[in-house]
Amino acid sequence: MPSNLKNSPPGPSKITVRDLNFYYGKFHALKSINLDIPQNKVTAFIGPSGCGKSTLLRTFNRMFELYPEQRAEGQIVLDGENLLTTKQDVALVRAKIGMVFQKPTPFPMSIYDNIAFGVRLYENLSRSEMDERVEWALTKAALWNEVKDKLNQSGLSLSGGQQQRLCIARSVAVKPSVLLLDEPTSALDPISTGKVEELVHELKADYTIAIVTHNMQQAARCSDFTAYMYLGELIEFGDTEQIFFKPKRTETEDYITGRFG
Amino acid sequence: MTTSQRLISAADVNQARQARYNSRKRVNQIALTLSLAAMAFGLFWLVWILWETVRLGVGGLNLALFTESTPPPNEAGGIANAIYGSLVMVFLATFVGTPIGIMAGIYLAEYDVRSWLASTTRFVNDILLSAPSIVIGLFVYAVVVARFKSFSAYAGIFALALIVIPVVIRTTENMLILVPASLREAAYALGTPKWRVITMVTLRAARAGVITGILLAVARIAGETAPLLFTALSNQFWNSDLSKPMASLPVTIFKFAMSPYENWQHLAWAGVFLITVAVLGLNILARVLTRQK
Repeated sequence: MPSNLKNSPPGPSKITVRDLNFYYGKFHALKSINLDIPQNKVTAFIGPSGCGKSTLLRTFNRMFELYPEQRAEGQIVLDGENLLTTKQDVALVRAKIGMVFQKPTPFPMSIYDNIAFGVRLYENLSRSEMDERVEWALTKAALWNEVKDKLNQSGLSLSGGQQQRLCIARSVAVKPSVLLLDEPTSALDPISTGKVEELVHELKADYTIAIVTHNMQQAARCSDFTAYMYLGELIEFGDTEQIFFKPKRTETEDYITGRFG
Repeated sequence: MTTSQRLISAADVNQARQARYNSRKRVNQIALTLSLAAMAFGLFWLVWILWETVRLGVGGLNLALFTESTPPPNEAGGIANAIYGSLVMVFLATFVGTPIGIMAGIYLAEYDVRSWLASTTRFVNDILLSAPSIVIGLFVYAVVVARFKSFSAYAGIFALALIVIPVVIRTTENMLILVPASLREAAYALGTPKWRVITMVTLRAARAGVITGILLAVARIAGETAPLLFTALSNQFWNSDLSKPMASLPVTIFKFAMSPYENWQHLAWAGVFLITVAVLGLNILARVLTRQK
């Protein structure tokens, strides 16, 4: 418990989580999580399957509300407002917090429309402005050069790695301030994974990024801060280097060194 | 334990394996033979039906069939009024039934998946789906024809629409449920309102399946006789007034095939051929659409 209180890294924090509890029906999946996610940094969430790291990510954009038996209690403060109790429409909250999922999920429409879809929801852009935005987002996602000649083709025609970068571009296009990545490379080959990781590194200049990963090397490579979770609890949170080289808790050390369980 | 294991020689193991393998192979052959026989039995009747339809129907195909209305006994003529009536009533019934079916399917799959209302609707819809079409015909007769004291194409369209709706509801719901939850979540994650997620993403992803359902519904009502017998009745003459009785292919076939007049029987066979070709075409189209998915 005392270690939980020291979960405030230096620098301004973008999302502040206080006493967050989460339930799947009667199952208590997240237990009193306290955490500050620093602004313009990459925060990685690691831990064994079922530890609650994806669940935590899905509370940030209230994705869990699609399922009536799931509920969250506590505070998730973004820009001074508790996301769980805000009077803001949930769609507006989600527009501020982009999310990329484990499996690529291109919409059944053209590459261009995949990007423009989200933008059209909240902005009324002229044709040329929209063209610019699409190019900008695809460039950010390091995909522009590969698709610039086939923007009218279906998003489903791309390879898995390209589809995932398309999904990242789609999230970036609506200009959110936070980007949630839920195991974004687990379905990708090493080369595509490398591209996505580079991308994460570049995007943090503009966005606050939270990434869930099963791959500890990935967490070590591309994150600034790391949170280790186990059985719904936040065991340790801190500077990535410190977590990997000088973990304070033996549980963290056991997991990282592979002596888990 | 180790001693008893050692007593079984490698040769014994091989022999036992061979025996088990042989018996499995025999069972497989029997099952395969029975399955093939069942398939041949089914196909035999289907091919025979198609063959007879073509043999007896093709002879009746001529220009008059499509340009002239049904003739009196023993006079030359065609079935143009019946073809027109079928096209109009099937089209309008699909036009009325499809939006209702799709919207109800969306409600069941996207809005109210587990509520009391939804499961009741689903149950009632399944009953309607398997209701004998003559029951629907008599129902429309009682509520429309008997009340307005007149058979009419409107009543026929109403009856056919009642057959279309449950088919479209079922297929739409099933196809929407097949759309992966991850695709929906991805759309919501961009801040998309629900109606837009449904119209722009899930319905689009399920498009091929939903269209297939509509085509199968059209194929079904194109051949329905019973619901039209009590509603649109039939009409010997060309009629485009929907408030009057209207001819249709199935009812004309029914009437003409039972008649003692040879020319009527020939026209009935030609009509059977046309319906068969149309339904076969719709089914093939539905197949092609689902394969593209």
